[in-house]
Amino acid sequence: MSGAATPMTTAREAGLVACTRCTRVWPMGTDRCGRCGKTLVSRDTHSLSRVWAWWAAGLLCYFPANLYPMLRTQVLFQVSEDTIVGGAIELAKQGAPFVAIIILIASVAIPIGKFAAIAWLATSVRRGSRTPPQSRHRLYEIVEYIGRWSMIDVFVVAILTALVQLNLAASIKPGPAALAFALSVIFTMLSAQAFDPRLIWDRAADDSASDERA
Amino acid sequence: MHSTDIARVDPAHLIACPQCDAIYRARMPEQGERAVCARCHTVLIAPRKRAGMIIIMLSATSLILVLGAVWFPFLKISRQGFVNEATLLDAALSFTGGPLLLLSIAVTALIVLVPMARAILTIYVLGPLVFDRPAPPGALRLFALAEALRPWSMAEIFALGCAVALVKVADLAHLSFGPAFWMFAALVFLTVIHDRWMCRWSVWESLEHGYGARRAKAPA
Ligand SMILES: [Zn+2]
Ligand SMILES: [Zn+2]
Repeated sequence: MSGAATPMTTAREAGLVACTRCTRVWPMGTDRCGRCGKTLVSRDTHSLSRVWAWWAAGLLCYFPANLYPMLRTQVLFQVSEDTIVGGAIELAKQGAPFVAIIILIASVAIPIGKFAAIAWLATSVRRGSRTPPQSRHRLYEIVEYIGRWSMIDVFVVAILTALVQLNLAASIKPGPAALAFALSVIFTMLSAQAFDPRLIWDRAADDSASDERA
Repeated sequence: MHSTDIARVDPAHLIACPQCDAIYRARMPEQGERAVCARCHTVLIAPRKRAGMIIIMLSATSLILVLGAVWFPFLKISRQGFVNEATLLDAALSFTGGPLLLLSIAVTALIVLVPMARAILTIYVLGPLVFDRPAPPGALRLFALAEALRPWSMAEIFALGCAVALVKVADLAHLSFGPAFWMFAALVFLTVIHDRWMCRWSVWESLEHGYGARRAKAPA
C-alpha cells in the first residue's frame, strides 16, 4: 500500500478510531461509524471474555457430539448406530479411506485444532508471545476460514436422513450428536469472530517497544 | 514525524486495515492491481472494471439456482425396487421432532435462506449504483447485513456434503445425482467468482459518495 516505505502508523496512535466493518476512519471518541453504523471501539476490551465464553460453550457441546451417535441406520431389521469416529472407521473398512479421511479432518482434526488455536491466540495477546505477529495473524485467518467446513458432517446427516427412507429396505435417522455437533461448530465460529485481531499486533508492538527500552 | 503527518490528513481520506489497525491514505490502485496492507497482507482495495455489473449478474444467477435447487431433486436413491428422491428442502427439513427441529431451522437458514438473502441484498444495494442512480434507502445498513451474513452462507459446504453422502451409502443402495446437484455445483463456482470480484471498499465509497463521484475522484 501507499505507506509501505514509511513506518507503520495505527489509527490508535494517530488519535483515530477505525471501523472494522467498512474501514472508514473517525476521530477518537466517535461512538458509531457514520458510514455503516457499526459501534466503534479502538480496541475491543471485552473481546477476550466473549471469545472464552463461546469457546467454552463450543467445547461443552463437542463432547456429546463425539459420545452420542450421529446416525441410526436401519437395514432390513438390523439397526446400527454410528458416532462420528465410528462412522469414519466404517467408511475406511468399506474401502473409502479417502472420504473417511475427509470426515476425520473436518469433524475431529479441525475442531480440536480450532479449540487449541483460539485458546493459544487468546492467551498470547494477554501474556505476550515469542511467535511473530505475522504467524499468529496467519493462524487466526486460517481458523476463521476453515471453521465453517466442519459443518459438512451435519449436512451429510441431513442429506442421508432425507434420502434414505426406503421403508424396510433401509432407513437412516439422525442421532442426538448431530445437534450437539452443529452447535459446537456455530459456537466456535462465534468465538473466532469475537476475537479482535488488532490485539495481536498491539501486544507485539508493545513487546518490541519494551525490548528496545531494555 | 510520519504519524503526525498522517494524523493531519482528513480521516475521510484514510483507510484502516480492519485486521491490524494500520492506516493509509486511501488511493485507488491502478486497474488490475490491489492495495494490500503492508503489515498483515490483508487485501484492502481490489477494484475491477465493470465489477458491479458482473456481481449483479452473478447474484441474479445464484438466486435462480438456489430457487431451482430447492424444488428439483438433488439425489436419487434406489434399492430393491424402492426409489426415493430428495430435494434441498427435504434435506433441510429432515430433522423433525423435538430439539432436532432446531437443527432443521439452522440447516434451512445456512443452505437456502442466507444464500438467497445475500443475493437479494447485493442486487438491491448495487443495482442502482451500476446504473448511476443514487443509493437505495437503507443501502449502507443492508450492505453491512450482507457482509455479516457472508460466513453463514454454506452452500458450497453442502455441495461437498452431497458427494460424501454419495460415497457413504454406496454399498447400501444405488445413488445418482439429480438436476439440483449440478445447480449447486454451479453455485459453488459462482460464489468463488463473486468473492473475487467484490471490492468492499469500492462499494462502501460508492454508497457514501455516489458511484460517479468516486470514479471522477479516483485518479487523484
Ligand atoms: Zn463503518
Ligand atoms: Zn493490516
